[in-house]
Amino acid sequence: MSRRVARRVEELKPSGIRRFFDLVVGRDDVISLGVGEPDFPVPWRVREEMIYSLEKGYTSYTSNVGLPELREGIAEYYTRFGVTTMPEQIIVTSGVSEGVDLAIRTLIEPGDVALIPEPCYVSYKPLVEICGGEAVTIPTVPDFKLDYDMLMGYKEAGAKVLVLNYPANPTGVSYSKKELEEIADAVNELDLIVLSDEIYAELTYTGRHVSLAALNGMEDRVVIFNGFSKAFSMTGLRVGYVIAPPDIFAGMLKIHQYCMLCAPITGQIGAIEALKCLDEVDRMRAEYMRRRNFVVKRLSEIFEIKKPEGAFYAFPKISSTGMSSEEFAEGLLMKKNVAVVPGNAFGECGEGHIRIAYAVKFEKLKEAMDRIKEFVEEYGKG
Amino acid sequence: MESVEFEVLKLLEENARMKDEEVAEVLALPVDRVREIIKKFEKEGIILKYKAIVDWEKVQDDFVYAIINVKVSLTREKGYDDIAKRIAKFSEVHAVRLVSGEYDFQVVVKGKSLKDIAFFVAEKISTIPEVRDTFTHFVLRTYKEEGVNLFEEEEDRRLALVP
Repeated sequence: MSRRVARRVEELKPSGIRRFFDLVVGRDDVISLGVGEPDFPVPWRVREEMIYSLEKGYTSYTSNVGLPELREGIAEYYTRFGVTTMPEQIIVTSGVSEGVDLAIRTLIEPGDVALIPEPCYVSYKPLVEICGGEAVTIPTVPDFKLDYDMLMGYKEAGAKVLVLNYPANPTGVSYSKKELEEIADAVNELDLIVLSDEIYAELTYTGRHVSLAALNGMEDRVVIFNGFSKAFSMTGLRVGYVIAPPDIFAGMLKIHQYCMLCAPITGQIGAIEALKCLDEVDRMRAEYMRRRNFVVKRLSEIFEIKKPEGAFYAFPKISSTGMSSEEFAEGLLMKKNVAVVPGNAFGECGEGHIRIAYAVKFEKLKEAMDRIKEFVEEYGKG
Repeated sequence: MESVEFEVLKLLEENARMKDEEVAEVLALPVDRVREIIKKFEKEGIILKYKAIVDWEKVQDDFVYAIINVKVSLTREKGYDDIAKRIAKFSEVHAVRLVSGEYDFQVVVKGKSLKDIAFFVAEKISTIPEVRDTFTHFVLRTYKEEGVNLFEEEEDRRLALVP
């Protein structure tokens, strides 16, 4: 038996963040701006419901698609992003990560092309490659915003799928309805299916998030992904969901039945309660927005930075310091004990940037900004 | 009220020591505008005072707090406001609220000892002609004060780096 691990897995590139993670873990007193998850606790009402459910013995599987009350709640909730849907189109998944995997496995055959705008979250490209698909990345420099022309430039790629994430990790970029209409035109012309990762939808600071699926003629082309991790701080409880057109829904459900069975019941019960706590989300969004303003103000005194429209990330350009992303991030960690993620971990065109996650208490954020400034003054080239 | 003005109030309610410059940065406002807003609120008596929330139990405080529920009889001459003001003016009285339900006022009293408070209630509150009855509850421990939990916050269990 010469080859134990399948070639396509062996050929998969390990996550660029791993090496950096090991550097951070060994150190004390690090202020980490590298944490891509909320610092707020899960709302207590939600925790109470989960505790109570365990006491009552709700520990079984649920139906594959998820608890009926939760699917109904999600269908009603999503109208706030302009989407009219039915519980029958929703699968509750173990986070958006599972949902994206299901969709890619449902859609991608060997040789199929998926368009992936970069910089982007780390999982899309490997998931396409595991299926034998070809991930064609679209560098969205300098504004990190996809538009009609950019997308039409990839006509020759003959792509089947576009992966879109907004508000975006790592850039915080989001799209207005008008911008989405342009993208939708290109999607129609190129006959694409869009995987729309909307996990940061609640954390939009420029009005209300609009789902791509809400636009005319898009509902049959878009698979929506969302969940409870970012808006309700429920990351470790693993509850997400997909809203998919009927044919894609059926395919995804088959895989979900075999690989995951159902999302964890405790998390699902918490999620039902979470949908009744939207004022807690308002409170958290307001706090993130204050931090965003603060971080952008401070960073713009040192770097070129685009004001993020959502999520809890800032993605400043640090190349003026003469350092690469990795040199900067490693230097900042070693000299000033502040952890950030080098931009190239999110795709080649992220080089020259760093990702700052401001899901950190204000006092720490202040200290971190001071240290970054000191670092640039001491080690950056004039 | 303009929404930025409201935002300023909320920030200061949460942290009265926040510097004007920080408030300005967080709300993306010019610092002069922030100062102007705060001045206005101070002048109008909307911001009354800047106080610290102290967990006195941690410094072995000698003070005792009690919640006194007070029933009163109203007369043509004396309404709730008159009686409340009379009670509120004692320096020993920490808070006075008109409440619904079985009692009329909830009064929080601060004293040096149980005896101290008991005498204060007997001599100063019960003797007010309109006061019919008082019920004294001594505070044994405080768990939450002004929206702040007075017990240890949970530690941050997140990984140091998450993509």
